[in-house]
Amino acid sequence: MARGVALVAALATLGCLKESSDDRPTREAVSAASASASGLPVIAPAATSADDGQWTMPQKDYANSRYSSLAEITPENAKNLKLAFTFSTGILRGHEAGPLVVNNTMYVVTPFPNYLYALDLTKEGAPMKWRYDPKPAASAQGVACCDVVNRGAVYYDGKIIYNTLDAHTVAVDAKDGHEVWNTKVGDINLGESVTMAPLVAKGKVFVGNSGGEFGVRGWIVALDAGSGKIAWRAYNTGPDSEVKIGPQFKPFYDQDKGKDLGVKTWPGDAWRTGGANVWGWLAYDPELDLLYHGTGNPGPWNPEQRPGDNKWSSGIFARRPDDGSAVWYYQWSYHDTFDYDGINEQVLLDMQFGGRPRKVLVRAERNGYVYVLDRQTGEVLSATPFGFVNSSKGVDLKTGRLIYATDKQPKLGEVTRNICPSSPGMKDWQPTAYSPRTGYLYIPHQNLCMDHEAVEANYIAGTPYVGMIAKFTSGPGGNRGVFQAWDIVNRKEVWSIPEKFPVWSGTLVTAGDVAFYGTMDGWFKVVNAKTGDVVWKFKTGSGIIGQPITYKGPDGHQYVAIMDGVGGWSGAIVAGGIDPRDSTAALGFVNAMKDLPAATTKGGMLYVFSL
Amino acid sequence: MRFGRISSLLLVTALLSIAAAGCEREERRFREVPPAADQSTNVVQSDLQPGPSIVATATQHPYDDNAYAIASGKRLYVQMNCAGCHGLAGGGSIGPPLLDDKWIYGSDPSNIFSTIVEGRPNGMPSWKGKLSNDQVWQLVAYVRDLSGLHRKDVRNSRGDNMAAVQDEQNRNRQTPRSSFEPPGSVTTP
Ligand code: HEC
Repeated sequence: MARGVALVAALATLGCLKESSDDRPTREAVSAASASASGLPVIAPAATSADDGQWTMPQKDYANSRYSSLAEITPENAKNLKLAFTFSTGILRGHEAGPLVVNNTMYVVTPFPNYLYALDLTKEGAPMKWRYDPKPAASAQGVACCDVVNRGAVYYDGKIIYNTLDAHTVAVDAKDGHEVWNTKVGDINLGESVTMAPLVAKGKVFVGNSGGEFGVRGWIVALDAGSGKIAWRAYNTGPDSEVKIGPQFKPFYDQDKGKDLGVKTWPGDAWRTGGANVWGWLAYDPELDLLYHGTGNPGPWNPEQRPGDNKWSSGIFARRPDDGSAVWYYQWSYHDTFDYDGINEQVLLDMQFGGRPRKVLVRAERNGYVYVLDRQTGEVLSATPFGFVNSSKGVDLKTGRLIYATDKQPKLGEVTRNICPSSPGMKDWQPTAYSPRTGYLYIPHQNLCMDHEAVEANYIAGTPYVGMIAKFTSGPGGNRGVFQAWDIVNRKEVWSIPEKFPVWSGTLVTAGDVAFYGTMDGWFKVVNAKTGDVVWKFKTGSGIIGQPITYKGPDGHQYVAIMDGVGGWSGAIVAGGIDPRDSTAALGFVNAMKDLPAATTKGGMLYVFSL
Repeated sequence: MRFGRISSLLLVTALLSIAAAGCEREERRFREVPPAADQSTNVVQSDLQPGPSIVATATQHPYDDNAYAIASGKRLYVQMNCAGCHGLAGGGSIGPPLLDDKWIYGSDPSNIFSTIVEGRPNGMPSWKGKLSNDQVWQLVAYVRDLSGLHRKDVRNSRGDNMAAVQDEQNRNRQTPRSSFEPPGSVTTP
C-alpha cells in the first residue's frame, strides 16, 4: 500500500513537469527508474494528468489511462456507496459519453440532439446552471450507422469542446454556455457524421469523421482551439500528399513503404469510398510529440469489391500534431474482411520489454489481440489473444501481418459460419483502463461470433455501403460479455467476470483498487481491482453503455458518476426500436440481442454516488 | 397586401383545378396517373382532422397485388440501399422497421409514395428526381409486402441469400392501426 502511494505521488509530480524538450533526458531516466521500481508498467509520465480531483477529458489523460489517484472508495467500503444525485438528460438514445468535471461544475453531453448541460456541484442536488443546444440537422440521424451516440466532450482553456452528429465541432464557454465557435467539419450528404470525442493538444482540437458503413473517406482534422479555424486535414486513403505522408514517414514494416499506397492498394478509384475513418480514441505523447489515432474499417465490408491491402484502413497512425505529417503506421488487419475497424484506444505506457525499457502503446484490438507496440517506431512487440479467436491464427511478429484463417474468409453469395470474433470484434469502442498499482489492463468486451455472406454493395452517396449479410451469435460459453483483468507484463488474463450481454460500457480504475463498469441490463458494478470480486452493485433504470468517471467534490470527498441509456450498435434493438424478427438488422447485431428488449428499456440518466 | 396575394393565388389554383377537371372528360388515359401526383387524392399525414373526418379510403395504386412489381421493388429495395437503413427483411436499423403494423407517416400507398419521394425529417433521404414514378410504385408495393399487406399468392419466393427472417412467404398480415374505427369497436388479434 505505502509503496503504491509513493508511486502515485511520483507520478503526480511527473505529470506537473513542463512540456519542453530540454528536460527530456531527466524524465526518461526518472520514468525508467519508476518502471523498474515497481516492476510494473507506468503510465507514460509526460502523458499523465496532474490534477486528479477533476475529469477534464474522457480518456482522463493523454495516455488514455482512465486511472484516477483518488483512493477514498475501496473494496472494503464500497458497500456503503449511496446515491448523491441524479439528473435526467431528457434523451432516450444510447448514452456512450461520460461527464466531465471542471471547477466544481459537471458537464454532460447527450446523444443526438447533442445537448450540453452544466450542473453546479457546489449546490445541493447539483442543479442545472445552463443548457446549450447546438441544433444539429435532424437528417443527420439517417447517416449514423449504429445509433446516434456521442462519446464525450473535452475541456480546454475555459471552453467545452465537442462534436455534433451532423459533423460540426463546437466550443462553448464553460462558464455561461454561450457558443464561442462552431465549425462545420464534414457533410452529411456524403454520409459523414461525427460521434467521437475530440482531443486537444498544443492548442489544436483533433476531430475525425464516422461513416465507414457509408463509403465515407476517412480523415482527421485539426482546428485551432481559439478560433475554430481548420489548420490541417489528413485523409487516410488516397495519394500521399493528402494522407500527409512525406519525408518524416518511417513505417516499421516493409509492406507500408512505397509511394501512394493509399491509392495502389485499392482497385481503381475505390479509395475514394474506402472508409478508414477516425471515430475512436486519440492519444498524445507530449514528449515524443506524436498524436496517435486508429483508422476504421475499409468500405464496403464486402472484400471482393476491394482486393488489396486497402491502406490506410484498420490501422494506426502516429502523426505530428502541428501539421499532421505521418511519422509511422501499422495495419492491425490488412484487407480487413470482417469490419475489424482499428479505432480502439491506445494506452501509453513505459515498461520493460525484452529486458530493456520501452515506450509502448497497449491496445486491446478488435481483431482479438492485445497488442504491445513500440510507440516510437510502430514495431509490434507482442500480440496475444484475449478471448476466443478463429478468424486468424496469430500475428507474424517478423512482418507484423495478421495471419488470417482461410476457411473463415467471407465470399460472395456463400455463407461462412462461426467466425469469431464477430464484426464488433473482441472489443469495440468501449475503452479500457490501466492501473499502475496492479499492472492490469481492465478490458470491457464482448464474446460474439457470426455467420457472414458477402453480397454486392452499391455506392450511393449518403446511404449505407456495406455488402455483407451477417448474423451474430454468442461466443463459446454463451456469455456475450466479459469484464476482464489483463496482466500486461505476463500477457495473460488474471480474472474475468462473464456477463450475459456484451459489456459495452467504458471502465475506470482508481488508486483505491476498485474498478467500475456497467452492464446492458442496467447494473453498475464496483469490482475489487486485484481479485475481480464484485463488491457493490446498483440497478439503474436503463442499461449502461456509458463511461464511468470519478472526481473530488467541493466537500473534498470522492464521487463516481455514470450515465445509463442503453443503445449504441449493440443496443440499437432497444434504442432504435428494431424488430427482432429481422436477424440481419443492425448489421447482424440484432440476432445476438433478441432478449435485450425484455431485459431493459430506453433511458438517459446520470447517477452520481459517494460514500 | 400579403393576404391579397395569398387569396389571389388560391383563386388561380381553384380556377386551374376546375379547368383541369374539365379537360379530364376528353382525356383517354392509357396509364393511371399516380395518386401522389393527382390533385384529387388526399395524402393525409394525420388521423386527427378538425371537424368531420374525410375517411381515408386506401389508394389503389397501379401495382397493388402485382407479383412482378413486388419482385422489382425487392430488387430496388436492395440496390437503392433501403435495406441498409431498414434491414434486409424490413426489421429496421437506422430507419424504423417496415415489417410491423406501426407507421409513422402512414401505410396508405400514397403516404409511402410521398415518404420515398419527399423524404422524412429524421433521416429518411428524399429520392426526388432519383427514381422514376414507376420505380417508386414498385418500392411502395414491396414496402407494403414487408408487413404482409398483399395477397399471399403474389409474394416473392424465398431469396437466394442467408435468410433474414423465418419463412418469408408465410409472414402474417400486420394490419395497420387506424383511428377511423367507430368508438366502441373491438378488435381481436
Ligand atoms: C440513410 C438511411 C435511409 C435510407 C437509405 C432509406 N431510409 Fe427510409 N427512413 C429512414 C429513416 C431514418 C426514417 C424515419 C424518418 C423519420 O421518422 O422522420 C425512414 C422512414 C421511412 C419510411 C416511413 C416509415 C413509417 O413508419 O412511416 C418508409 C416507408 C421508408 N423509410 C422507406 C424507404 C425506402 C423504400 C427506401 C429506399 C428507396 C428508404 N426508405 C431508404 C432512413 C433511410
